[in-house]
Amino acid sequence: MYIYDDFDRTLVAERVREFRDQVRRRLSGELTEEEFKPLRLMNGVYLQLHAYMLRIAIPYGTLSSAQLRTLAHVARRYDRGYGHFTTRQNIQFNWIKLAELPDAMANLARAGLHGMQTSGNCVRNITTDQWAGVAPDEIEEARVWAELLRQHLTLHPEFSFLPRKFKIALTAAAHDRAAVKVHDIGLRMHRNGAGEVGFEVMVGGGLGRTPFIAKTIKPFLPKRDLLSYVEAIMRTYNQYGRRDNIYKARIKILVHELGAEKFAQEVEAEWLAIKDGNLALDDAAVAEVASRFRYPQYAELADNPPELAKARAADQRFQIWLDNSVANHKVAGHAIVMLSLKPVGGPPGDATAAQMDAIADLADRYSHGEIRVAHEQNLVLPHVAQRDLPAVWRALDEIGVATPNVGLVSDIIACPGLDYCSLANARSIPVAEEITRRFQDLDRARGLGRLHINISGCINACGHHHVGHIGILGVEKNGEEFYQVTIGGRAGEDAELGAILGPAVPYGEIADVVEDIASAYVELRARPDELFVDTVKRVGVEPFKERVYAAR
Amino acid sequence: MPLVKAGRIIEDRFVRVLDDAPLPDGAPVLLPAARFLADARELVLRGAPTGVIWPNDRKVAELAPYLDWLALVALVFPNFRDGRAYSQARLLRERHGFRGELRATGQVLRDQFLFMLRAGFDAFEVTKDADAAVFAEALQRYSVFYQPAADDRLIARRARLFARQRPHPEERRATTRLEG
Amino acid sequence: MTSPLQQKLKITGPVVVTANRLGDGAVIYRSAAGAWTTELASAAVVSTAPAATELLAQAAADKLTAVDPYVAPVTVNPGQRVLPGNLRERIRCSGPTVALPGAS
Repeated sequence: MYIYDDFDRTLVAERVREFRDQVRRRLSGELTEEEFKPLRLMNGVYLQLHAYMLRIAIPYGTLSSAQLRTLAHVARRYDRGYGHFTTRQNIQFNWIKLAELPDAMANLARAGLHGMQTSGNCVRNITTDQWAGVAPDEIEEARVWAELLRQHLTLHPEFSFLPRKFKIALTAAAHDRAAVKVHDIGLRMHRNGAGEVGFEVMVGGGLGRTPFIAKTIKPFLPKRDLLSYVEAIMRTYNQYGRRDNIYKARIKILVHELGAEKFAQEVEAEWLAIKDGNLALDDAAVAEVASRFRYPQYAELADNPPELAKARAADQRFQIWLDNSVANHKVAGHAIVMLSLKPVGGPPGDATAAQMDAIADLADRYSHGEIRVAHEQNLVLPHVAQRDLPAVWRALDEIGVATPNVGLVSDIIACPGLDYCSLANARSIPVAEEITRRFQDLDRARGLGRLHINISGCINACGHHHVGHIGILGVEKNGEEFYQVTIGGRAGEDAELGAILGPAVPYGEIADVVEDIASAYVELRARPDELFVDTVKRVGVEPFKERVYAAR
Repeated sequence: MPLVKAGRIIEDRFVRVLDDAPLPDGAPVLLPAARFLADARELVLRGAPTGVIWPNDRKVAELAPYLDWLALVALVFPNFRDGRAYSQARLLRERHGFRGELRATGQVLRDQFLFMLRAGFDAFEVTKDADAAVFAEALQRYSVFYQPAADDRLIARRARLFARQRPHPEERRATTRLEG
Repeated sequence: MTSPLQQKLKITGPVVVTANRLGDGAVIYRSAAGAWTTELASAAVVSTAPAATELLAQAAADKLTAVDPYVAPVTVNPGQRVLPGNLRERIRCSGPTVALPGAS
């Protein structure tokens, strides 16, 4: 976990002061809405259907318990008692008043939290694997690099008015849990033939109106060159990204129109001019930032302590939860615990202030004071001792975040949709809720295996539906809500876009369609353990389409 | 539209000359790019300072041969959300070593002054009178800067190194208190 | 439900002018008295393009209270009760269609 120093704290405080003044000038009329809007967006402030929405950055998804308590406080004091965790490891509050925002932000700033650059045409929250630092398959700690990039790109004078938003993600593990291939810049840490660690640099990934998988423009970039190379990409984009049409302004369009090779050449030419300048990262520069990362002093423990085995045998519910929500940790005797924010019949990804406080307490007691936010909209306690798992489970169960559906059909990723968002065409939350009700039988859900459903309420794809195993896109037809379904999408290292299943179906039928897809899968799979998404790969869309649309 | 330079509102000594109009004798002139490029030779011989308005969708590298004697390059923000001129400014200063006046024109607002200064602008055709009046104030908004740019403000990385090298308890900046 | 902020003024039935309140983002409607109200029942209802254009222009001139005013459809039932004219406006009027977390 990165600990702020005086410089970091000062910057955030200065930002709050600036925003307070901007709000004052807006409320007095000195600033028009047109002049104010980009400024408030750069502080994460949206105007939604019912109220302002505030999006707070959780850099690379890492939170301290003190920070989580501050979020709970903001939820209670300035909002309606809950927050929503997003697909970019941020948190959103939906009922904020503009006039109270500077105070809310001052509160947050004291805990090292802010909404800087969580919206607007600038570089957004840099995301990574929610298991960074604790995953057994990780080759190195990615968050130090994410922090180096975060600082470099915060209030960057040259890149604060880009053609459009810019999203960067990093992974440093064999399995990409950060969906780097659908980001504007995706960075994959890996070892080259000589055993050195560096970055594969991919650009131009993204979802939305024109989804693309990112293209590799630099197979191996030495660590020292990370900032200068990213600078070269940003400068190329800032100058040549389209500004005439907001639907064609992302870097993915520039890469597509120029071609990846030509784009790479442009970047390379710019990079060669700056690579040995003041952006080159020597060991001292990296160590400087790394010095403010704090890591747990893990107790020396053995795997599979007797308490654990005993609890498994004694309580089937505990066993089920253990098998679903707990993952292996790189340190012996420890575990990674997932907290499901997908209760049956509830809105996906939300947590109440009371839940946040309770989870913060658990983090202090059992997870060295640290929590993670996953882009699947769940939380993680990353440092739990295996012997504490029974106690942790009982506590999580009481808080309502122990539904053993992580990664299953009812672990749905959904945007807020038309219930909240002014960009939406259709609702997503009630669709998600109905699907969780249909699949609330855990045996049935487990029987379907790992199955990711992603729901977006409009083409902006904040629910990442293109890369869902089942993707659901809300559209509007003659004033009615309809849903377009895709299947076979993947978000990880083997990223691919889903294929359209058939004609869009009305609101009243979408949950039925999902059940029909599930039934078709059970019928078509080669073995019970063939994953849904692999069955789709093997048999194609047609057999699913036939079965789902037979009666429609 | 007030012109601000060195933190003060000043008279613009440059005369903006539209495409075909004759050049006023002996006066510094500010010309659109096409005219400038066409008449470059005469302009050098003219003996009075020359400025060019360079559009934000043209490479500043084209100006490289002229930067030694150009007194002024005016870059353009057609609206304040179009940030191409920030890159142009930095390239002119850092890549091409331009030392003359680098002026921000177009929609130039208070909330972007500091970004513009850091990108290398030193003169501003400020859109609103009220903003010109508080120029100096706007520069005080931030004392911490994470990244190097075209200016010489102390960036966090170096400030942190200084802090480490001088751990004397009386040194205010040296205390990088770490929260648990 | 397509964002009405880009719509052309084409009036095919009764409409109101609505916006968000600057200070707190609350949903507001333009009233006949030239003010803003949070109650749809008190909103000025017009049915012709010229009237809607005029109402919108007046509303847009009030930049200190209202953000991004636009014309929204309503239905007027036989009892003269004014109701939101589509799902988006229903949601703006009555709030999310799902229970808020923690709501009992």
